[in-house]
Amino acid sequence: MIQDLVVYLLFMGYAIGFMLGLATLFTWVERKQSAVMADRIGANRCYLRLPFTNVRFVAWGLFHGIADGAKMLLKENFTPKTYDRLCYNLAPWLAAVPVLLVFAVVPFGGTLAPGRLLPQLHPFFGERSYAMQVAHMDAGILVVLSFSGIGILGTMLAGWSSNNKFSLLGAARAASQMISYEVAMGLALISLVATYGTLDLGAMVRWQSGTLFGVLPAWGIFTQPLALLLFLTAAIAENKRVPFDLPECESELVSGYFTEYTAMKMGLFMLSEFIEIVVVSALLVTMFLGGYNLPFLTDGGFVLPTGSVWHLSHPAVVLLQVATFLVKVFLAGCFMIQIRWSLPRFRYDQLMAFGWKFLMPLAAVNLVATAGVRWWLT
Amino acid sequence: MKKEYWNKPALGLRERLYLLEVIRGLCITGGVFLGNMWKWLTFRKGALTAYYPEEIRSDYSPANRGRHVLTRRENGGVQCVSCNMCATVCPAYAIEILSAADFDDPCHPKSPERFEIDYSRCIFCGFCVEACPEDAIRMVKEVPDFPGFDRDAMWAGRDLLMNWRPTGDPAKQYPAASPSPVEVQP
Ligand code: SF4
Ligand code: SF4
Repeated sequence: MIQDLVVYLLFMGYAIGFMLGLATLFTWVERKQSAVMADRIGANRCYLRLPFTNVRFVAWGLFHGIADGAKMLLKENFTPKTYDRLCYNLAPWLAAVPVLLVFAVVPFGGTLAPGRLLPQLHPFFGERSYAMQVAHMDAGILVVLSFSGIGILGTMLAGWSSNNKFSLLGAARAASQMISYEVAMGLALISLVATYGTLDLGAMVRWQSGTLFGVLPAWGIFTQPLALLLFLTAAIAENKRVPFDLPECESELVSGYFTEYTAMKMGLFMLSEFIEIVVVSALLVTMFLGGYNLPFLTDGGFVLPTGSVWHLSHPAVVLLQVATFLVKVFLAGCFMIQIRWSLPRFRYDQLMAFGWKFLMPLAAVNLVATAGVRWWLT
Repeated sequence: MKKEYWNKPALGLRERLYLLEVIRGLCITGGVFLGNMWKWLTFRKGALTAYYPEEIRSDYSPANRGRHVLTRRENGGVQCVSCNMCATVCPAYAIEILSAADFDDPCHPKSPERFEIDYSRCIFCGFCVEACPEDAIRMVKEVPDFPGFDRDAMWAGRDLLMNWRPTGDPAKQYPAASPSPVEVQP
């Protein structure tokens, strides 16, 4: 019992650190990547100075994230004259917490047997083994969808309780946009469920560890390429970032639904946006890019299609899987940032037309086709 | 009635499919990113912008009105005769001059003891340069070290103006100071 507690506390710590760390990193990546894409240099003025010396660590501007955090914590917490203090104060949490919770069902590594990791741990842990995932839920994908549904409530509450027309408009847009794209996303995910035959994300990753036709890794990107596109589009729309940033478009709505928020309350919205990049990337990697799998890597080592086997020890496999997941999520996040800095924003009617008239039918067709293929195969 | 615009964009099937154009756009930005990143990784500068203020841009126009210089005589003294024309014409009242008299040099008995320009007020109009009868003040194209953390740090004094880029005035020949002072008729 106590062993389980220790392991799961460790997993939770890792998950929280993973999300917050990567989110902070992504604020830096976003600045630097957009700068390099636009022939600029990017933020590079923040530094840590060794006390009493003039030695400064600039580290290419990595510390700007820390400076941002400190600034948001120290700024005046200005609140508007609203009659709905409760909802006003609740909204940032309602936007940020569900995003964090989604990660609970995402597996970030294969199977961990602490007893085989270090010989010293063996007397304590024995032969127990744990799948590296905070919560093992059969309803994995449903949990993901329902929690992202709660996120909508946060933005709606924020816009409604701010007592501001801009916020209200932003919230209305956010609500309609997120609900529309939730439909397409749900349909795309159902076709995925039909392919993998499970709702559990861990089982999905295990399904993807096989191979197609003997050589190709059986990742979702090869079995369900259209669903990948649909999911990616819908996920960016859920994330409310460019090209779908109508809820907070600066050129029309000041800052959209969080216009009236200052200091760390606004920081929570920003942070939740970046955490959402991490979570969406993690979901993308888990469902379409093989999760923690490298091609041909199993729990015992590499098994090449030629039949040759390269055995790896358990700690090496665990490290490799965790690192693979980390790198994949990072690269997927970089791709999202690339999209955000490349594409122009949709007009509102285009957005709705795109969601309902293009994405949704496409997702439905994909679902029917998947179902047909499944039926034909069995 | 639906209005027809003369410049209505004509979208072909490829544009309306959106996806192909998105991929093309991503390829463009990705290409720029990779190119610049490769430059950074090979220790070159992959950006068009400059590190301001550490780096002075080389592409200022030759006609740019940047920092002022006070020109010098052949003997290294300041050419300004402290006539106060520049300070008078200055629309921003940015120039302050304190004169000193030196009767050993009868041709130019007056010279500035202090000559200060307040760059927090200067609007870089160049009027001072045009007003000067002695070609004693000029503006060059570079703008080094302009930013400062407070206003008091933005004053440029005589020594700085003469020395940050020493500039002579070869076009103008001056009579050497004669050993016996010329009598000045009252
Ligand atoms: S450039 Fe214009 S504003 Fe500046 S000191 Fe000369 S006259 Fe004054
Ligand atoms: S800089 Fe020129 S205009 Fe100004 S006081 Fe000196 S001589 Fe006169």
